[in-house]
Amino acid sequence: MFETLSYYFQFDFVKYAFIAGILVSLCAALLGVSLVLKRYSMIGDGLSHVAFGAIAIAAVLKIAPMYFTLPVTIIAAVILLRMGQNSKIKGDAAIAMLSVGALAVGYLLMNVFSTNANISGDVCTTLFGSTSILTLSATDVYTCIVLAAVVITAYILFYNRIFAVTFDESFASATGTKSSVYNLSLAILTAVVIVIAMNLVGALLISALIIFPALSAMRVFRSFRSVTICASVISVGCSLAGILVSVLADTPVGATIVAADIIIFIIFAIAGKLRKA
Amino acid sequence: MALISCRNVSLAYEGNTIVTGIDFTVNQGDYLCIVGENGSGKSTLMKALLGLKKVSQGDITFGDSLKKKNIGYLPQQTEVQRDFPANVREVVLSGCLSSGRFTPFYTKEDKQKADKNMKLLGIKDIEKKCYRELSGGQQQRVLLARALCAADRLLILDEPAAGLDPVVTEELYSIINSLNKAHGMTIIMVSHDIGHAVSNATHILHIGNTPLFCGTKEEYLSSEAFRRISGKGGEA
Repeated sequence: MFETLSYYFQFDFVKYAFIAGILVSLCAALLGVSLVLKRYSMIGDGLSHVAFGAIAIAAVLKIAPMYFTLPVTIIAAVILLRMGQNSKIKGDAAIAMLSVGALAVGYLLMNVFSTNANISGDVCTTLFGSTSILTLSATDVYTCIVLAAVVITAYILFYNRIFAVTFDESFASATGTKSSVYNLSLAILTAVVIVIAMNLVGALLISALIIFPALSAMRVFRSFRSVTICASVISVGCSLAGILVSVLADTPVGATIVAADIIIFIIFAIAGKLRKA
Repeated sequence: MALISCRNVSLAYEGNTIVTGIDFTVNQGDYLCIVGENGSGKSTLMKALLGLKKVSQGDITFGDSLKKKNIGYLPQQTEVQRDFPANVREVVLSGCLSSGRFTPFYTKEDKQKADKNMKLLGIKDIEKKCYRELSGGQQQRVLLARALCAADRLLILDEPAAGLDPVVTEELYSIINSLNKAHGMTIIMVSHDIGHAVSNATHILHIGNTPLFCGTKEEYLSSEAFRRISGKGGEA
C-alpha cells in the first residue's frame, strides 16, 4: 500500500488534490458550524444547485466557469438571505424553489447546447465531482490557497463576533455588533467555499462537507470552541481518508469523502448517547 | 437630565400602527416596569429603545451622556439557543464585545469583567458547563451576567421570568432588585406580571392601544388603569 501511495505522490496532480482537499474541507467545516446552528444548512444546499446551473450557463456562453459561477452564486446567497428574512415566500420554500429551478435550467442548457457527445458524463462530473479533483491545475490550487487563507483569517479575526451573532442575533445587534453585516459575510463566504469545493466533491455533495462535520462535533462536544475545532479536524480527516481510499480503491472521490463523513457522524452520535447515559 | 426621553412615540408592526402617543422619561436609578396585555406593543417599544426598530412617529433621545454601549439587554430565549453548544463562560464573555472598539480577541479586562459578573450572579462554579444543559433559572442568570458585561448603566429586560417556576422567579427578581438598589443600575423591564411590577418597580408604564398610565408606582396603585386590571382579577 505504501509503495502505491509513494508512487502516486510523485505526481503533482495527487499533491494538488490533497492540498485543495484539506483547505476546502477546513473552510467548509468552519462555516458549517455557524450555518447549522443558525438553521441555514439549506442555504448551503440551495447554493450548490445554483452553482451547478451557473456552470452550465458558463459552458454555453464559453466563459471560464470560475469567473461566472462565483459572482452568480454570491448574488444567489444574498438573495436567499434576504428572502429568509422578509418576503411572501418563506425561507425554506424559497430555497427549494431556487435550487430545483437552477438544477433544471442547468441540465436543460447542458442538453440543448451540448458541446460533448457524452452529456450524461458531463452532468455526472459536475454533480458528483467524479475525478475532477485529480485534474486540478497549479492555478486552481493557488486560487484555492488564496481563498482559503481569506476565509480562515477572517474566521479567526472575527471568531468572537461570529459566536455572538450565531448565539443571539438580537442581543448582538442591541449591543452594537452589526449582525446583518456578519450574516451577509457568512452567506458570501459560503458561496465562495461552495464554488471552490465543487471541484472536490461536485455540486450535489458539497453540502455534506458543510453539514456533517458540524453535526458530528455537536453530538459530543459542549462548547463552541471545542465544536469548531473538532469539526475542522473531522472534516480534514475525512477528506484525507476519502481521497486516499479513492486513489487506492479507485472509487469516486466526492462520494468516498461523504461516506467517510457519514461513518464519523454515526460513531459520534453513538458516543454522544453513551456519554449522556 | 433624563437618561431616556420618549416624546409622543408611535410604533408600527408590519405597517399597522399598534401604539401611539407614548411619553415618558427614565432617570438614573429608576426601575421602570412596562406592563400591558399581550400584543399591546410592549416588546416593540423595547426594541425601539434598543435601536432594533425604528419609531414611526415621535422620537427617543438618550441624555446624560448615555451611549448605546452602556446598555445591556436580556432578550427572550430563542429557538436557536435550545441546542446550542456553548459553555457559560463563552456566553458571558460575548457580552464584552459591546465596548465599541475593535479587538479580535478578549482582553484581560474583558475576562476580569466576565469573572466579576459570574461571581456576582453565583454562576462562577458552573462556567465550564454547557448552556443548553442548565436549568431555566441558571440560563437566565447566564444571560443576565452577559447583559452586565455589556452594560454599566442601564439594563433592559424582556419578560425575564417567562417559563420559570415561582421560586426561581422570586430569586431572579431579587437579583434584579439588588442590581437596582445596591449597584445603582437603571432597569427597564417588560413584564405581564403586574403583581411583581407593583411590588418592585419605582415607576410603571402601562400601555394598551394608547398609553393608559405612566408615573410612579404609588400613583399607579390609585390609578384608573390599575383598578380596571385588578378589578377584573387580572394577573395581580
